[in-house]
Amino acid sequence: MGDVLAIAEQRDGKIRPVSNVVVTAAAMVSKGLGGSAHALVLGGAGVGEHAGDLGGFGADVVRVGENPALEGHVPETHAAVIAEAVCSHDYSAVLFAATALGKDLAPRVAALIDAPLASDVTRLEVDGGRLVAIRPIYSGKAIARVGFDASPAVLSLRPNAFGTNGSQADGRTETFTAAIPDSVRTRIVEFQAAESGSVDMSEASVIVSGGRGMKGPDHWSLLEDLQHAIGPGTSLGASRPVVDAGWRPHSEEVGQTGKTVAPKLYLAVGISGAIQHLTGMRTSQTIVAINTDPDAPIFAVADYGIVGDAFEILPRLTAEIAALRSEE
Amino acid sequence: MDIIVCIKRVPDTETHVRFSDGATVIEPEGVKYIMSPYDEFALEAAFRTTEARAEGQVTVITLGDGDSQETLRAALAVGADAALLLRGRRPVTMDGLATAKALAAELETRDEQLVLFGVKAGDDDQQQVGPMVATLLGRPCASNVTSFVVDEDVIRCDREVEGSTEVVELDLPAVVTLTKGAFELRYATLKGIMAAKRKPLEVKDADLPQGRLTVERLDYPPERADGRIIGEGAEAVPELVRLLRDEANVL
Repeated sequence: MGDVLAIAEQRDGKIRPVSNVVVTAAAMVSKGLGGSAHALVLGGAGVGEHAGDLGGFGADVVRVGENPALEGHVPETHAAVIAEAVCSHDYSAVLFAATALGKDLAPRVAALIDAPLASDVTRLEVDGGRLVAIRPIYSGKAIARVGFDASPAVLSLRPNAFGTNGSQADGRTETFTAAIPDSVRTRIVEFQAAESGSVDMSEASVIVSGGRGMKGPDHWSLLEDLQHAIGPGTSLGASRPVVDAGWRPHSEEVGQTGKTVAPKLYLAVGISGAIQHLTGMRTSQTIVAINTDPDAPIFAVADYGIVGDAFEILPRLTAEIAALRSEE
Repeated sequence: MDIIVCIKRVPDTETHVRFSDGATVIEPEGVKYIMSPYDEFALEAAFRTTEARAEGQVTVITLGDGDSQETLRAALAVGADAALLLRGRRPVTMDGLATAKALAAELETRDEQLVLFGVKAGDDDQQQVGPMVATLLGRPCASNVTSFVVDEDVIRCDREVEGSTEVVELDLPAVVTLTKGAFELRYATLKGIMAAKRKPLEVKDADLPQGRLTVERLDYPPERADGRIIGEGAEAVPELVRLLRDEANVL
């Protein structure tokens, strides 16, 4: 009892950095529950090559399942194999990253093993020997403290709400051989990859977000210039009106019908701050607002505001940050 | 092809959420309820599919209390053909698996080849019931879908995956959860609202198991300190950069 399983993610045969976050959390929780931390790495041949590195984030045991059928991300196959791994050991909790992949797999696994699932968790506690999850509901208008009347419990963790904790230890690697389901009715036909180097908003440390004040999709290069000046880990965001107008894709929308985000730095440019937007970003660590209207509601939640024309302010901000970066 | 759309009644996105100290649920007074915004995409997707094929019925199902009939009527008013309320003997909780079991028990008895959900509910934000129902029924599922096409016995879906698009094909019968994309819900017409009153709305008792995920407490998110406007125009930029670097430590 007390053992916790972290589900690692791989892309193109390499373990994704978000897995380090989930393993760090599993190590913390298992210590609190008096058990050990396991990690599960699934993929095609060779995926286990660097699996032992997860030991550096606190995994006592790294279970590696290599099979050509696990190379792609056919969800039915992965869910069945993960469920088998969970059932082969007495786990108190199973942790996923709340990424696109984790949000798709976690409910399938929970249903297969008949365990309750708490999604998009922003904090974990062990309170009197029991696991407690803290997660926002009503798109961030309330924070729920959630307990589990079942073991194992399944959780998905919002990546940028958790950190990593490296150690010197090496994880013991074990081979996990799973039965691959033979009748799969899902086929991945095509993957149209996003621009390389972009990071998903849930993992970004900085988000540069634009609203109607940007006056049209042609002006987004100003935000992209700022994104590149700030550097890796920066992603673009958008307000709902901008997405509804077709200026930007829905994947960039922040707020009620988009994503709830909490980066270190959120820059809202030309966004007035409708309640649906504010609920999606108000837990960001630092908020900057740039808007021509000094009465815009966005200024009420912004740590730092500048009143004025984004088309004058953005080039200057990009230049100043680029200068700062070149000094470093 | 007949289609089922599972919908949920949730507080309006503009509603201020209130609860007292130590409470585990919000106060219902003064809260306006709507159909969860993602369910609207699912409903529109169902209409476009039956219209394109010029055949098929759209049935909306919800699990909830008597008040959820209002949400079902709203779905009938925009064009659903029939509605079913699964009335839980206990309140619907954040435990999506309990909800999924109650829905799957009903869906198992029916012949519809396609079941649609919104990708998540606007209240609990759990994003889990659709794939759970699919798993319980042993049917394939695509989640976070922006558009799809049904072609004979397969459905081809575009999924949004961290800014990229994944195209997946599922054998029918299947379950699909929708996000914002190609399907913005149409408005109800006066004729539609009148017609909705004559459409069938069935009520059944649901077999909703006890939830095993318990909200122990609700808290308000931490208050943000009052914002400050540091200046006007491009001249304020150097001060902003200094504050971000030295005070906020985020650059």
